[in-house]
Amino acid sequence: MTKSDSSTLIELKNAGVKRAGKWLARGISFSLHAGEIVTLIGPNGAGKTTSAKMALGLLDLDEGTALQKTGLLVGYVPQKVSIDWTLPLRVKRFLNLTGSCSETEINAALAMTGTSHLLNSEVNTLSGGEFQRVLLSRAIAKKPELLVLDEPVQGVDNAGEEAMYNLIETIAKTLNCGVLLISHDLHFVMSATTHVICLNGHICCSGTPRAVSTSSEFRTLYGSKISANLAIYEHMHDHTHGTDGSIEKLEEMAENSNENKEITTDA
Amino acid sequence: MLDDFLFRAFLGGVGVAIVTGPLGCFVVWRRLAYFGDTLSHSALLGVALAILLEVNIMLAVFVISVLMGLALLMLRQIAPLSSDALLGLLAHSTLAIGLIALSFMTWVRVDLLGFLFGDVLAINQFDLLTIGLGGTVVLLVLKIIWRPLFAATVSPEIARAEGLRPERAEVIFMILMASVIAISMKIVGVLLITALLIIPAASARCFSKSPEQMALYSVLAGILSVIVGLQGSLTWDTPAGPSIVAALLLLFIVSTLTMPKIRSIKRKYSNDAGDGAMS
Repeated sequence: MTKSDSSTLIELKNAGVKRAGKWLARGISFSLHAGEIVTLIGPNGAGKTTSAKMALGLLDLDEGTALQKTGLLVGYVPQKVSIDWTLPLRVKRFLNLTGSCSETEINAALAMTGTSHLLNSEVNTLSGGEFQRVLLSRAIAKKPELLVLDEPVQGVDNAGEEAMYNLIETIAKTLNCGVLLISHDLHFVMSATTHVICLNGHICCSGTPRAVSTSSEFRTLYGSKISANLAIYEHMHDHTHGTDGSIEKLEEMAENSNENKEITTDA
Repeated sequence: MLDDFLFRAFLGGVGVAIVTGPLGCFVVWRRLAYFGDTLSHSALLGVALAILLEVNIMLAVFVISVLMGLALLMLRQIAPLSSDALLGLLAHSTLAIGLIALSFMTWVRVDLLGFLFGDVLAINQFDLLTIGLGGTVVLLVLKIIWRPLFAATVSPEIARAEGLRPERAEVIFMILMASVIAISMKIVGVLLITALLIIPAASARCFSKSPEQMALYSVLAGILSVIVGLQGSLTWDTPAGPSIVAALLLLFIVSTLTMPKIRSIKRKYSNDAGDGAMS
């Protein structure tokens, strides 16, 4: 993580933001390169979203510096999107929200998340899981260099969660983009994560998923009970990913990985 | 033909409806009905100032509306009040001050009802020119900011993160609202402008499959209501502004009542098609 070359997408150096005299996050330093997955974890109010916003250059820093690659193409999946019912909005138009996409790009993005059949559905009629996938499709349609996902598995059940993480991993590999993943789920960190950053107003500990799960800071922050249960999700690569990434395949994969899931606990 | 006051009235009304349609969609989507109300109520203060300073009324109304919008954005940052309370405060205090100012100017005979409810038959060629030019500029600017504004309407966070600068689009939108209020005041009057923004969009919603289609249908709904309303106003000698709003309401009721029927016919049709494909 020390290299700082042309592949650096975003970089924070000792960054901090305060509101009304209180630091929302302070002393945040990390960088993200193409092809890397960085996961930010931490309790509510730990400054996860603030850190992500600082990295994207959406907040004026009170301290430190934030660098972005010039002309960085970002795909963003926010924590919550509520579409007013007065808005007639179909999936196809929704994918064109921030930039116009070609028919091919739209179809490819929907196929990747297994939502091709929703192309002409009204966004308001989608189920929670479908909407999450469509949000993801929208973010990847323009083939971004950086994908920012703010709690992408919210309201998705355990099996769906695994499928979602699989999907994110596949997407990161296929597009070779950087991924900044925000998660409040302390039990579950993708093994594909290059770097886990555990926040609590400041960087409390960071490193590979395995290193973080065994670190004493992590245990102090969340108590031994939670940290003992931290599962690093690893799915066995005894299968090949379908290039179309159709939903049937994903469910199959999720089932496979359920059986083969290797849970690393630190007693 | 432009010499005919009736023709001018229809032309002005239709011109205004073309502009309020797309803009009104954003008012509905962004839940800004009360914001529109506040800007239009403050228009009366603009009228009073225009008479006092002997400047063009539309220009004065535009300037006051823009200032109101900016004041609102600023108050939101500093005042410990919710947006709707602030809007109410601004709307009614500016309306009151405008009325007081007009009552002091005893040397001018002001047709207050004309400003409150519209004075469509008094539209002159200069007004038509302002509506035409102003309306064209408003629509062009709206087309330019359409993508960032629409993206910010769906999700300000996405728009911001993906570099669309939604704040800028929102300020421009506020200026467009002020322009529309200035050019439509003479048609429907200060108190009824919001109706011309909201009701066409509300009538268009059920029939629309995309935001752009809704904007187009709102324009059609607005034009139809202006024509029906003005015709009714001539026939029964009713005030023009309220007649247009009554026509809008009628159209809204008809569209809401017919929609479920159309939808069920469509569903039946698509089910039949589906069955056919299955067998």
